[in-house]
Amino acid sequence: MTTAVGIETQDACVDFPIFDAKSRSLKKTVMGMVGGTIESGSRVPIIEALRDINLTLQHGARVGLVGHNGAGKSTLLRLLSGIYEPTRGTATIRGRVAPIFDLGVGMDPEISGLENIVVRGLFLGMTRKQMESRVDDIAEFTELGDFLRMPLRTYSTGMRVRLALGVVTSIDPEILLLDEGIGAVDAAFLEKSKRRLSALVDRAGLLVFASHSDEFLRELCDTAIWMEHGTIREHGPLEDVLASYRDARR
Amino acid sequence: MTQSAVTASRDWQRTTADLRNGWQQRQLWGHLGWQDIKQRYRRSVLGPIWISITMAVTAIALGILYAGLFGNELGVQLPYILVGFIIWNFISGCLAEGSEVFTSNVGLITHLPAPLSVHVYRLVWRQTLFFLHNLVVYVVMLVIFPQPLGWGSLLAFPAFGLLVVNGTWVALLLGIVTTRFRDLLPITQSIVQLAFFLTPIVWIYEDLQNSANPAIAERARIAELNPFLHFVEILRRPMLGQSFELRNWVVVLAITVVGWTVTLIAVRRYRARIAYWV
Repeated sequence: MTTAVGIETQDACVDFPIFDAKSRSLKKTVMGMVGGTIESGSRVPIIEALRDINLTLQHGARVGLVGHNGAGKSTLLRLLSGIYEPTRGTATIRGRVAPIFDLGVGMDPEISGLENIVVRGLFLGMTRKQMESRVDDIAEFTELGDFLRMPLRTYSTGMRVRLALGVVTSIDPEILLLDEGIGAVDAAFLEKSKRRLSALVDRAGLLVFASHSDEFLRELCDTAIWMEHGTIREHGPLEDVLASYRDARR
Repeated sequence: MTQSAVTASRDWQRTTADLRNGWQQRQLWGHLGWQDIKQRYRRSVLGPIWISITMAVTAIALGILYAGLFGNELGVQLPYILVGFIIWNFISGCLAEGSEVFTSNVGLITHLPAPLSVHVYRLVWRQTLFFLHNLVVYVVMLVIFPQPLGWGSLLAFPAFGLLVVNGTWVALLLGIVTTRFRDLLPITQSIVQLAFFLTPIVWIYEDLQNSANPAIAERARIAELNPFLHFVEILRRPMLGQSFELRNWVVVLAITVVGWTVTLIAVRRYRARIAYWV
């Protein structure tokens, strides 16, 4: 790669069209064209999920995302990962992105834990060979033993989370985008996965981490972005942002 | 998965990049396609043979039925129906599953920044694997009812290649359109079913053309307007050792060019919208 890892957005907006049964229907759209507009309000309503996002994140950035539910944290992560291309403005993403928004996505209940390790890795942009060389390490971390040869559907929720965490923390991403949702594991295992998680973050060139847990944020991040109503309310050193976020909530 | 500028998300470069990057993730969709197949027979005793057996049973039943109805020899009617069926399974699979290719992958599309073409390649690859499974039945058929295969039968390879190339644009285009307009999904399903009857798969088109009744022969010509006929014919003729018909190939090549042109325009315009629409 010629350019360094980084993310840059300029006035990026994400607007969701809200289709109801009517606007999803081709018939209505065609009839509408023929008959001309009868209702003036027949346009598809739009939700502005993100507005005028200006961000420059470079290699080494460790950014936490705070904000209440629906403030646009997850949408921002999806914008930064390239899943949503901005409807207006631009977003430039340089580097291999590993988005981890949902531990279970890409896992197949019918295949064994071992096979799932490979599949989940492929989804995260790894090659089959890379994943096969990591299988032993992941197996050891998850402590699942012979269960790895069983189909995933036989696993308990906790076991699934272990497996997913094991895979996710084994990869080498250039840009790591984390959405919290790491729970349902016992305390001892959580301590172990924390260590692995910070090792992963150290390997990654760039981290953006959305979380409601100040403790987690302090552990992994040094700067933070406070999202509110789809815009960036504040962007600065972690403690400053956390402080003003907490003040505003009071 | 290296990504770069998203300045003008509707430009051609991004369109071809989607198709190319998707192709580079062969390991991913190759693996997923296999997994889809294995899923079908995971808990069954007969395993992979199941896929072919269900197809063979239907084809044999229809072969016997229509051989009786049309008064044809079983050795003619059965291979015709069987090969037609194998080809039709591929075509209808691309059409029917193509119209769900994005809506059935919502989780993956909204969680992973993979090129959209990955889902389409996975689908076409899965259909190709089904086709190869069904070839086992074809080979058994060749033993029981030998066909006059010759060098011309090698045309089956480019013919299948064309089916794959066309299946890809069809799935991409249908996927985009049905993601935006959800009521098209049941419509495509019924069109596929209707097309099965309109296309000479169970009825032998040449028999009708050579019919003693001039009115029937005249009407049989109308079947040529059906594009599916040409897709089935380019592959079925070499598989049954029949002669080469140029017009079938010309029609298919023309559809390939027009179809891909329309699809590329659609992908360029709506590629970035899919994640919003699902």
